[in-house]
Amino acid sequence: MSAAPLMKLTDLSVTFGTRDRTVHAVNGVNMELAEGEVLCILGESGSGKSVTLRALMRLLPKFARVTGGIEVAGQNVLAMSDRRMADFRGGEVAMIFQEPMTALDPVFTVGRQIAEVVQRHEGASRSAAMARALELLELVQIPSARRRLDAYPHELSGGLRQRAMIAVALACRPKLLLADEPTTALDATVQIQVLLLLRELQQKLGMGVIFVTHDLGVAGEIADRVAVMYAGRVVEEGPVGSFMAGPLHPYPRGLLNSTVHGNMRGKVLTTIPGAPPSLSSVPTSCSFSPRCAMAEAACEAGVPAMVEAGGGRRARCIKIAAG
Amino acid sequence: MESKNDRGGPAQPLLALRGLTKHFPIKGGLFGNTVATVRAVDGVSFEVMKGETLGIVGESGCGKSTTARLLVQLLGLDAGSMVFDGEAVGEPRASGISLRNYRRQVQMVFQDSYASLNPRLPVEDSIAFAPKVHGVGEREASERARDLLAAVGLAPAQFARRYPHELSGGQRQRVNIARALALQPRLVILDEPVSALDKSVEAQVLNLLVDLKAKFNLTFVFISHDLNVVQFISDRVLVMYLGEVVEIGPVEAIYDRPAHPYTRALLASRPSMDPAKRRTVPPLVGDPPNPVNPPSGCRFRTRCGFAEDVCAARKPVAADLGDGHLAACHMATPDSGHSKAGAILEVVV
Repeated sequence: MSAAPLMKLTDLSVTFGTRDRTVHAVNGVNMELAEGEVLCILGESGSGKSVTLRALMRLLPKFARVTGGIEVAGQNVLAMSDRRMADFRGGEVAMIFQEPMTALDPVFTVGRQIAEVVQRHEGASRSAAMARALELLELVQIPSARRRLDAYPHELSGGLRQRAMIAVALACRPKLLLADEPTTALDATVQIQVLLLLRELQQKLGMGVIFVTHDLGVAGEIADRVAVMYAGRVVEEGPVGSFMAGPLHPYPRGLLNSTVHGNMRGKVLTTIPGAPPSLSSVPTSCSFSPRCAMAEAACEAGVPAMVEAGGGRRARCIKIAAG
Repeated sequence: MESKNDRGGPAQPLLALRGLTKHFPIKGGLFGNTVATVRAVDGVSFEVMKGETLGIVGESGCGKSTTARLLVQLLGLDAGSMVFDGEAVGEPRASGISLRNYRRQVQMVFQDSYASLNPRLPVEDSIAFAPKVHGVGEREASERARDLLAAVGLAPAQFARRYPHELSGGQRQRVNIARALALQPRLVILDEPVSALDKSVEAQVLNLLVDLKAKFNLTFVFISHDLNVVQFISDRVLVMYLGEVVEIGPVEAIYDRPAHPYTRALLASRPSMDPAKRRTVPPLVGDPPNPVNPPSGCRFRTRCGFAEDVCAARKPVAADLGDGHLAACHMATPDSGHSKAGAILEVVV
């Protein structure tokens, strides 16, 4: 990448420490996002994908320890004052969540909630902010938008609520949109509508998007680039096309094989044996080796380095030849 | 293997349902009057054949979970009848089968593996609970529980005395499956059994279900919103929309030659795994309507690209497309009055 990245994570680590135990949720993540790019972070529960996303906006609880570097549009996020952070959130970076019913405030109308963002960040008057809210509802293709300005979240269907949340996030034209499984709770026919809408808006507004999901199909629909996380580390990264055609690392390969798709009737599904490791200590070797069919003694020797495999692809496995 | 309980032979449906209906009143106002009715399941008829897996798909609010609860009689019917292997359910006097006896033969697995286990019982005791209630001795029940734990791939020595919170989601769902099998049922209703699991664990549980079905000679009703999973596991598939059956048929017919516009849209809404073949237009716009006041006539007409006057005026009847493939759409019935009547399979969505 020639231009400076929109977002850059350098050796990001997050631990959650309580008196009894420590959980090492994210262990040294390096990641970059170019302007106008869509990156999907793929992973199963406990892989650290959502924690990484939340760390980007400093939304983690007080007892979380975040180390490493987080840079967005050339600014050091971890060094920002609380005041600056309040401008940053919703201004330059916005986030959409899985559950629109809990992310929206139930006691204010949708129009009010969008207008509030515009007033707070751009100092617009109340009526100008409301006019902008109407534009935004039209932008996210909510039918009869003028009437919906006065609707409360519970009066909207799941799909419309998710669109309203996207409108709130886009209110101040963020450069970076963070999406945490925004379509997981939606029905199939609604999920595809929201995915297509997000893709269209991303292209129209030229935003960078980081999209967290556990669903390979969703990544195939929306991503430019994919990063797969396992036990708090990125194990593979690359352009979506070559990734979906054949992952390099044994973990995403197993994941792709165990995902039911197309006609697999009558076949025994390939599974990944075992379960992900507990994260009570930082893994000192390849975290996937206990479940890996290709594992050998050398896998236990240390954390495998990221190997550049050519074509913008990288993976953390000693079996991969550098390209 | 013929089950010792089998009565009518293989041709007789294990469960035959006619006009299944469940409406939920919404209370409101000063005196708690009924202000509206949710028509969750509205005149649903289908049969479950012996030894098959019947998949039920649909979006939220289509009534698939209510149907599951009616099948195990966790909810009473408002109207309709259920016949289990030739015996009317809940009518022992009219030579039917008593509810107690019926429930012994029909068991259920729920989506939320944690909420459906007693947190204060070791899993072995949870599994042995129902057999004990139904008169099996303490020792035999606990032996059966351990055998079942082994059958679902959890070593009894390691897992029998654990509590639900000491297990992972996939392990808990295995316990739920073992519990459902503890009464040696003939029919197991699985309501979104793998939806809360990670993909790699989902595949393990699906493989397990296929094995157990063959081993214990079971019949499954498998409810899911995931069309890929349903295609993998089902012999026949039933598609529901707003409390009604819109299409039913063999799995190949539903996936290769879907007839109802809703089924086609549902299939087309699956994200493609190939980034080179991304969709550009969503197959449907809008959300499924509220089942409180469903549209007149065909309930899908408000989202259907082929809706005409006849669709609002009359409810479509299920048209037979051969091989047990039925679709409730005016385009499937030759003389329905729809301009594309009789041409349903030629219509390109």
